[in-house]
Amino acid sequence: MVNQKTMILGVKDLEDYVRDDEADELPTEPMTINMGPSHPATHGTVRIVLTIEGETVRNADVQVGYLHRCFEKEAEHATYTQVFPYTDRLNYVSPMLNNVGYALAVEKLLGIVEKVPERAQYIRVIVGEISRITDHLTCNAASAMELGAMTIFFWAIKAREWLWELLEELSGARLTHSYVRVGGVAYDLTPNFGEKLLALYPKIEQAIKDIEAELLENRIFRDRMDDVGTFTAEQALAYGWTGPTLRSTGVPYDVRKDHPYLVYDRFEWEVPIGEKGDNFVRFSVRMAEIRQSMKILQQALQQIPPGPVVIDDPRIILPPKKEVYNTIEGMISHFKIIVDGIKVPPGEVYSYTEGGNGELGFYIVSDGTGRPYKCRVRPPCFTIVQALSTMIKDRNLADIVPTFGMLNMIGGECDR
Amino acid sequence: MSVRALERAKETLGDAVTGSHSYRGDETIVVDATRIVEVLSKLRSEVELDFLVDVTCTDYLGREPRFEMVYHLRSMAHGDRLRVKAPLEDPIDGTNPNIDTIVPLWVGANWLEREVYDLYGINFVGHPDLRRILMYEQFKGHPLRKDYPKEKRQPLVRREINEY
Repeated sequence: MVNQKTMILGVKDLEDYVRDDEADELPTEPMTINMGPSHPATHGTVRIVLTIEGETVRNADVQVGYLHRCFEKEAEHATYTQVFPYTDRLNYVSPMLNNVGYALAVEKLLGIVEKVPERAQYIRVIVGEISRITDHLTCNAASAMELGAMTIFFWAIKAREWLWELLEELSGARLTHSYVRVGGVAYDLTPNFGEKLLALYPKIEQAIKDIEAELLENRIFRDRMDDVGTFTAEQALAYGWTGPTLRSTGVPYDVRKDHPYLVYDRFEWEVPIGEKGDNFVRFSVRMAEIRQSMKILQQALQQIPPGPVVIDDPRIILPPKKEVYNTIEGMISHFKIIVDGIKVPPGEVYSYTEGGNGELGFYIVSDGTGRPYKCRVRPPCFTIVQALSTMIKDRNLADIVPTFGMLNMIGGECDR
Repeated sequence: MSVRALERAKETLGDAVTGSHSYRGDETIVVDATRIVEVLSKLRSEVELDFLVDVTCTDYLGREPRFEMVYHLRSMAHGDRLRVKAPLEDPIDGTNPNIDTIVPLWVGANWLEREVYDLYGINFVGHPDLRRILMYEQFKGHPLRKDYPKEKRQPLVRREINEY
C-alpha cells in the first residue's frame, strides 16, 4: 500500500503508486465470458468464448459460421453467370474484387483469359482498385471508431460513399454490383467516369491526410495499437495469412506483383510492407495501400484504350437486345445461355487474385455442363481469423478489439 | 502453378505419386491418401512448397473412389504452385472416410480441415480439435455432399406448426 504522503505529490510518485498497485494485485479466479455473436465491435457476427483471469485472456475460442449462407452449395445449383450475385456477398465491402476473381476463374477454365478485350481488363483493374480503397478505408475507419475516434469513421465513410456513388452510377447498385461478366464487363464506363474519379482525388487525399493527422500522433490510438497483436512472419505463414496482414509482418507477397493478372504488370507501384507486424503496422500498411491503389487508378485511366468491353464469342456473351427481339438466332442464343448457362469444358482450375484481405482463390471443378460441379472459395480472412485466439492469448481483454479490427474479418467472406 | 514444381515433386516422391496432369497451367499430382503426411512434409522441405494455400475436398458421387482431398501449395521462395490430390474411398459401412491430419505441418490447416469435416464429413485422424465450424453442433449430415439435397432444411430453432 502507498502511504498518505505520496498520494498527493508529483508525477514521479504517482509512478511509484502504479507499481505498488501492481505488486498487490488481487487474486483472481478464471471466468468464462462470451464476446458476441452480436458484440458492437465485431464486424459481422462472430463469437469469442473467453476464459479470463482478471483482465487477462487465458484462453479464447473463436467461433465463426454465423453468417454461413451455403455459397458453395448454391453455386453448384446456379449457372456460371448466376454465381456473380453470390460473389458480391462474399466480401461485401469490396464486391468488385470478388466479381473479378470469380470471372477470371471461369475464364481460366474456358481458356479465354488472354482473349478478354483490353478495355475490359482495364475497367476491371479500375473498379477493383476503387473497391480496394473502400475496403481499406472501412477497415481502418471502423477500427479507429472502436477505439473511440468516431469522427474518423465519418470522414472515411464519407470518402467511401463518394466512391460507392461512382460505382453505383456505373453498375446500378450501391453495394451488390454484379458488374463483371464472364468474358468482360456488363457495360462500358459511364461518360466522364475518369474525370469524376480524378475530381474526387483531392477530396479523398484530404480525408486520408485528416485521418492520419488525427491518429498517427494520437496517444490513445498509439497506446492501443503499438505492440499489440504482434505476429511474426513465420507464424503468419504457418497460419496461411495473405494480403495486408501478411505484408505487415514483412513478407512482400502480393498476388498482383508476384503473379500478375489482368494488366497489373503495366503499372508502376510499390508493395508497402511493415516489419513489426503489430496492429499499428497493419493500419499503416492499409493506409499506404490506399495511396498505391490511387496511383494505379491514375495510370489505368491514362492508359485505358477504346474498344469493346466484352469478348466476341456468341457462346459466352448474350447477343445484343436488338438481335434477340428481331432474329430467331439471337433469340435462341439468348435462351440457351440463360437457361443452360455457358458451357464450360470439363476440368478443374485454381485461380487466385488479390482481394481486399489477401489471396482470394476460386477452385472450380467443371463437369462440362453449364453449372459448376464444385465452386470453392479460398477466403483470405478465414485463415487470418483463425490466428486470433493465439494473438489475444495472455493479453489484456481490451486488446481484443483493436487486434480483431485490424484482422479485418468480413463475416460474409469468412463464413460464406 | 509450375511445371518445375511438378517435375521436382515426382522426382522426390517416387512411388507415392499415382498420377499427374497439367490443365490450363495448373499442375496436379495425385498421391496415395494413406501417405499424405509423408508426401506433404517432403514437398514442404525438399520441393520448398512451404505455404499451404488451401485445403478442400470434392465429392464425386457415383465414382470410385468417391472423395478427393485437394491441397493447394505455394512456394514463398520462387512462387511455384502445385495441387496435390488424394482420392478417398467412401467406407461401405456408412462411416466417414479417414485421412491423417496435416495440422502438425501447418497450424493453419486446423480450421481448413474442420471445415472439410463439417461440410464433407471427412475424419482427420489426429486433429487436435475436430468440431463443426460453419454449421452448428446439432446439425445432422454434411451439407456439401452431393447426396445432401439443397432444399433440405434443419432450422436450429423450431416453431410449432400452428404458430405459422
